Amino acid sequence: MQKSMKKYMVIFALPTIIAFAIAFFIPFIMGIYLSFTKFTTVTNAQWVGLENYRKAFSNADFVNAFLFTGKFTIVSVITINLFAFALALLLTRGIRGTNLFRTVFFMPNLIGGIVLGYIWQLIINGVLANFGVDITYDAKYGFWGLVILMNWQLIGYMMIIYIAGIQNIPGELIEAAKIDGARPKQILGKITIPLVMPSITICSFLTLTNSFKLYDQNLALTAGKPGRSTSMLALDISNTFYNRNGWEGVGQAKAVLFFLMVAVIALIQLVITRRKEVEH
Amino acid sequence: MPKIHKVILTCFLTLLSLLFLFPIVIVFLNSFKGKFFISSAPFSFPTKETFVGLINYTQGLEKTGLNQAFAWSLFITISSVTVIVLLTSMTAWYLTRVKSKFTSAMYYLFVFSMIVPFQMVMFTMTKIADMLNLSNPIGIILIYLGFGSGLSVFTFGGFIKSVPIAVEEAAMIDGCNPIQTFFRVVFPILKPTSITVAILNTMWIWNDYLLPSLVLGTDFQTIPIAIQSLKGGHGSIDMGVMMAMLVLAILPIIIFYLLCQNYIIKGVAAGAVKG
Repeated sequence: MQKSMKKYMVIFALPTIIAFAIAFFIPFIMGIYLSFTKFTTVTNAQWVGLENYRKAFSNADFVNAFLFTGKFTIVSVITINLFAFALALLLTRGIRGTNLFRTVFFMPNLIGGIVLGYIWQLIINGVLANFGVDITYDAKYGFWGLVILMNWQLIGYMMIIYIAGIQNIPGELIEAAKIDGARPKQILGKITIPLVMPSITICSFLTLTNSFKLYDQNLALTAGKPGRSTSMLALDISNTFYNRNGWEGVGQAKAVLFFLMVAVIALIQLVITRRKEVEH
Repeated sequence: MPKIHKVILTCFLTLLSLLFLFPIVIVFLNSFKGKFFISSAPFSFPTKETFVGLINYTQGLEKTGLNQAFAWSLFITISSVTVIVLLTSMTAWYLTRVKSKFTSAMYYLFVFSMIVPFQMVMFTMTKIADMLNLSNPIGIILIYLGFGSGLSVFTFGGFIKSVPIAVEEAAMIDGCNPIQTFFRVVFPILKPTSITVAILNTMWIWNDYLLPSLVLGTDFQTIPIAIQSLKGGHGSIDMGVMMAMLVLAILPIIIFYLLCQNYIIKGVAAGAVKG
């Protein structure tokens, strides 16, 4: 079968590979090269070594964006997963209307980040107006605004994954525990949570990378204001590329650093997952 | 569970659902108010004084050309997703069934691309797209295929590995060439995965803002770009128009969601388990 298939490479794999090369692979390699150069239009690149990286690290906006993104990611990963897991537990108890509730909780996820940002800008500004301020008055308003927005958007998505995980637990296991006199708390801690560990891993990975790479919501909700204090990494990189002449190389160096951070997070996650799989 | 607990739980979940729907309801109510009343009283029903009928909608459609944007969003999403499902399933099948250094290297490259954030290739990809004349609604389909191929090849590949090869071999022995084998035997088997891949890509491409804004500029606006352009440069936003356009942007998604919610929820769960 392999032999007869091999000739068909041109039809089966080549179109995707060409598109992949144009949209991802060549830009990726070029991006790494350009991060070591000074350029404005890609064709006039001049080698500057690690200069761009030095500038990126000594750039206060970048450092601030990194800290802001880190704090935001930690808070959102914890809150989203706690709420999503709690909802999943409630929705796997066989009460009526479960489907309707699931539908409602998942809905915000389908709305795009830009639209989500403006929806929450209205709500949060509406609340803050009572105190005579708005969301761009202080960085902490923007921070919590983003946390609330992300929770609203992602709780439903993660809930679906947790529900799938909980429903995979064999019913006899819980029955047996009940007969042995286990209290609900013990069932949760000793059976449910250990058995949905794979879902917990997937959900924390998804919330982690989604929070870390957040762009649209950040742009629409605060656009980084006041000043640049609520700019997250993705927004800061875009601003460096497109709003600051002569800094394209630094923008690209920031992007490489951003990629490395995301890659490290993904790798750590992978290692943890593997370790869990060995235990089972 | 005792009956009384069930009642309490149902009440609690109902309240929570209403809270979840609250932001959308507020946007809807405000879309009928005059622009000066939206920031002063966002949480009240429109009154005689604040109610302006459909004027925000008519003005907004004139200003933003949202119906045009809707058409572009629809065209780009449907054609990109169709191309992605068709071509990446073929690629995944080829890469899984033909064992060579090249195919396994390609497969790992596709998987690798999944962890690379868009910012890494943002600038260079835009330049290449410009050079190759891809900065138009047709060209962007190719870019979406390239950038979306990682997740899709990975998802299809995972499923194909679990499908026994015997059926395909039988088809080939019976005289099918690989193209016939794929379209008559393999592609129908892949249907559930195709739905998952289509849903994940639709959610991404329909809502994507940054990529089309960089590649298409302002010549061919999609819905997220049209909404963002309302904010404009330095002028203040017309909040009435903004609310009306937000409602129009959300409406098609909610209708689409209610029509195929079961597919979407199953697709998301399946996609997560594989990813």
